[in-house]
Amino acid sequence: MSEPVIKCENVYKIFGANAQKMLQDSNGNVDAKTFQENGCIVGVNNASFEVSKGEMLVVMGLSGSGKSTLLRCISRLTDATGGKIFIEGQDLLQLNNKDLIDLRRNKMGMVFQSFALLPHKTVVENIAFPLQIKGIKTEDSISKAMDMVKLVGLDGRENYFPRELSGGQQQRVGIARSLAVEPDIWFLDEPFSALDPLIRKEMQDEFLRLQEKLQKTIMFITHDFDEALKLADKIAIMKDGIIEQLDTPANIVLNPATEYVRKFTEEVPREKVLLIEDVMELSKDNLGDLKVSKDEIIENVAEKILTQEKIVAVVDNNNEIIGSINPTKIINTVFGGRKNNN
Amino acid sequence: MELLKKYPKTFQWLFLLIVFFALCFAIDVPETYKFIRGQAEFVKDPNQSSYVFLGKEVRYYAFDVFWRLPPLLGWLPIWINDSLFFLMNDWMPIEIWNEDTQEFKSRPIVLQISRNLTAFMTFLIELIREILLGGLETIVAFTSWDWIDKNPWAELPGLPWTIVAAGAALLSYKLSGKGLALFAGLTMVYISVFGQWKPSMQTLSFILVAAPLSFIFGLGLGIAAFKSKRVEKALYPILLVMQTMPQYAVLVPALVLFGVGDHAAVIITMVVAIPPMILLTLLGLRAVPPEVIEAGRMSGCNNFQLMFKVLIPTARRDILIGVNQVIMVCFSMAVISAFIGAKGLGFNLLLALNQLNIGLALEAGLCISLIAILLDKMSLAWANKQTDYFGNLTFYQRNKNLLFFGVIFVIGIVLAYIGNYLFKDTFNYLFEIPHNKGISTADFWNKGVDWIFDTFFIYIKAFNTWLIQDVLQPMRALYLRMPAIATIVLVVGAGYLIGGLRSALVVCALTLFIAFSPWWDRALVTAYMATFGVIVSCIIGFTVGTLCFQNKHSANFMLGVCDIFQTFPSFVYLIPVMMLFGITDTSVLIAVIVYATIPATRYTIEGLRSVPAGLHDAATMSGVNKFQRLTKIEFPLAFPHMMLGINQTIVFALFMVIIGAFIGTEDLGQYILKALSDKKGAGIGLTLGICVAFIALIFDNLIRAYVQKRKKHLGID
Repeated sequence: MSEPVIKCENVYKIFGANAQKMLQDSNGNVDAKTFQENGCIVGVNNASFEVSKGEMLVVMGLSGSGKSTLLRCISRLTDATGGKIFIEGQDLLQLNNKDLIDLRRNKMGMVFQSFALLPHKTVVENIAFPLQIKGIKTEDSISKAMDMVKLVGLDGRENYFPRELSGGQQQRVGIARSLAVEPDIWFLDEPFSALDPLIRKEMQDEFLRLQEKLQKTIMFITHDFDEALKLADKIAIMKDGIIEQLDTPANIVLNPATEYVRKFTEEVPREKVLLIEDVMELSKDNLGDLKVSKDEIIENVAEKILTQEKIVAVVDNNNEIIGSINPTKIINTVFGGRKNNN
Repeated sequence: MELLKKYPKTFQWLFLLIVFFALCFAIDVPETYKFIRGQAEFVKDPNQSSYVFLGKEVRYYAFDVFWRLPPLLGWLPIWINDSLFFLMNDWMPIEIWNEDTQEFKSRPIVLQISRNLTAFMTFLIELIREILLGGLETIVAFTSWDWIDKNPWAELPGLPWTIVAAGAALLSYKLSGKGLALFAGLTMVYISVFGQWKPSMQTLSFILVAAPLSFIFGLGLGIAAFKSKRVEKALYPILLVMQTMPQYAVLVPALVLFGVGDHAAVIITMVVAIPPMILLTLLGLRAVPPEVIEAGRMSGCNNFQLMFKVLIPTARRDILIGVNQVIMVCFSMAVISAFIGAKGLGFNLLLALNQLNIGLALEAGLCISLIAILLDKMSLAWANKQTDYFGNLTFYQRNKNLLFFGVIFVIGIVLAYIGNYLFKDTFNYLFEIPHNKGISTADFWNKGVDWIFDTFFIYIKAFNTWLIQDVLQPMRALYLRMPAIATIVLVVGAGYLIGGLRSALVVCALTLFIAFSPWWDRALVTAYMATFGVIVSCIIGFTVGTLCFQNKHSANFMLGVCDIFQTFPSFVYLIPVMMLFGITDTSVLIAVIVYATIPATRYTIEGLRSVPAGLHDAATMSGVNKFQRLTKIEFPLAFPHMMLGINQTIVFALFMVIIGAFIGTEDLGQYILKALSDKKGAGIGLTLGICVAFIALIFDNLIRAYVQKRKKHLGID
């Protein structure tokens, strides 16, 4: 296994005057309440996780849960109070200013909730901005930026100013800008939260399309659980600065680790989240004729399975049977009591 | 009792007023009281008392302490003076190598710095002036007089006015388009044809040095204040005082430090123009959204790139307002600094005003205003300019403006050359139209003024007499009748009721400074004139603003008019009023009213505009009529913003009152003017300036405290 692209070990971020000292005194056992009484606010509390190459980690939490702070620690927009962060094996907190700038210029891209476009620059100038900062010639940076304009489907609007664009279009510019330097790591801080529901869905699909093409390592922040389920390879759910659970979407739905996580999963339509693989049984007896792929979402094949009387075979990518699924299992999963699954 | 509980604030105010009037009636005017108090002039008078402070003798007329406080700060101007002289003449002498005498000379360090600064400024001004008008000072600076004598061809000939005019139009075209180009061309032609070319170019060269330098320093200090809390804290009180200090007052100490001439004027202009630039830079940088800064950081900006490519462009709006302010102040100072020997239009304007030649003054004033508007618009257009990356331009297209200018340059020179033959016996009108040899409409205006005076003399005089005798004199007498103690109780009480203990203490300190200075009476006269001006301005401003707000187009039109009027240097306002009312208090007050109405109108419109659209709809759906909507919804909500307008109105009014001393009023301004021609005037001038600034700051403090409270109450931020 290759080294993870992002690796966090016991990361803390505590705001306040004597945060450093209090953290040392607490011996890694941070209690938000006692800290607050001493004038410190805990942003991130003991976060450890890894993101490997090409993987998308979605950090989900309500506002004030510390998810944005965590992201800013990893991009070092703020300095973490304690712990270690490695980007491709480099210790982020030990980097000097020059190396940090180098890292950002070549390896990182970030998209912001409020788009954060430069109001005095046109679409194409905004996208070319990180390139020009790197010192690339104006002509080259503009032609590269024009490629990005096409990638996000804004051709014909390259000379518009941000104020002349709709929210969705502005965020496309934000996405294009973050991708202009072809970063390996892509940070997205609630990129679609400021958009209308319809536009949001469109942008999510667009985002998935881009990711399929680009295969970046991604940290994606959202407060929308449905969005997290739709996009994520892995989801981290945060509350009060603590990562409550970090797992695949299916596992989070099927096995919520805490009461807090369970509350989120209660209303989730399982058939839209779970794969056949997640609910299949390993026995291969009494199989019928129908075969379904293990990677299908239940919703897509439920009708087919439910019309069968026999047990349905589950196959992997090589069309080899690896398990089976009983139609009643589908009914149980979709309509059955939630508690049975625990 | 129940009433008292229901309206506690009203009763508190009532109580304050009762105490105030009780004090007024209880304390009688002492018999020895004379309005003009000798200690301001430092004349020895056997009736005076005196005390010694820090080795300085301060003389004053003794009064009942309740009537007027003793001038405990009388030593301050003397002390400032002595310190300045000590700094200039004795402090830290250093050895300087003198090229001419080939020996070391000892000179105080401050004097040396001021000399070097002066030389630098003079060089810059001369350089631009000689490009525009011709001359040889700049060449001498690099070579020597001997070299010039041997090579007489080296003298710069100056640009023919046709080239400058066409160049200005071309630049405007490149920056903005046809409209501005036309304006620029017409302005330049007007200046030239009316024989104002030389003074205009002198003023322009002064502005072209002062404005960019003020911009750079203001921006730099603004950035420093943004980056460091400590710098900001150190700068803030200075900025506050400087913003409310009348520009006149800065002249006097600068006279001591830098002497007389254009260079001193540039330095003073910078002192006055930099504070608003700093404040607006700071304001703009603060308002940049944090995510934009983060986006810049994530794009890999280093600190320098972050500041100059992300922060400053994003804060452009406020910074541009700062540039506008700088230009405004520069032109205003271009006139005022004529008092300390700056050449150009300002000098002509003052001269014409002094001779009561209204026509000439009008022409010079129009020139200043036109150039001011032109530069303002050009700087705005420059900041908003956009680059085109996609046009596949040929060499000709890319450089067409430059080529065009080259052609114009050649044509201009050829024309000037032809002119040389054409106007052999007179002046070469195609090269430069000499001062007062162009067309002049001065006679027409003067005759017009005479005609107005002859025709309407009775009415104007009647109005004048009525205003002075029935309104101004009684008001003035009332102000002077207030015992100092009563005034202080009133002001501090108001401070306490509006802003609490903190506000009361600040206001108390500011008032005490004025009360302990030897110029309390003068300050009262200043306050009375400003009060009168502010009240009338506010009535006019609110009415006009409200009326214009009823229609979108008229509102925009009015804001445009305010913009233009604001660009006029303050002195220009004195011209028309002197035309009509001659040298009286009425003239000054009308100038004050016209000048101070601008911010009152502007803030009224902007305040009314800031009322959220949702509330308009809600009000309409509640079935209000237009008048109800205005009184019940728009006024209450716009009021805090309008109060800030009053704040500006007060500052504007005070400035104008002080400038009015030029026409001859009996307030603090008169003493500042006097200090200008006094060898020991620096201390007096500065202290007087601080007094005026403090009057403004007292009101500023009260109004800001009120606005903050009110905004919190209404939940607007």
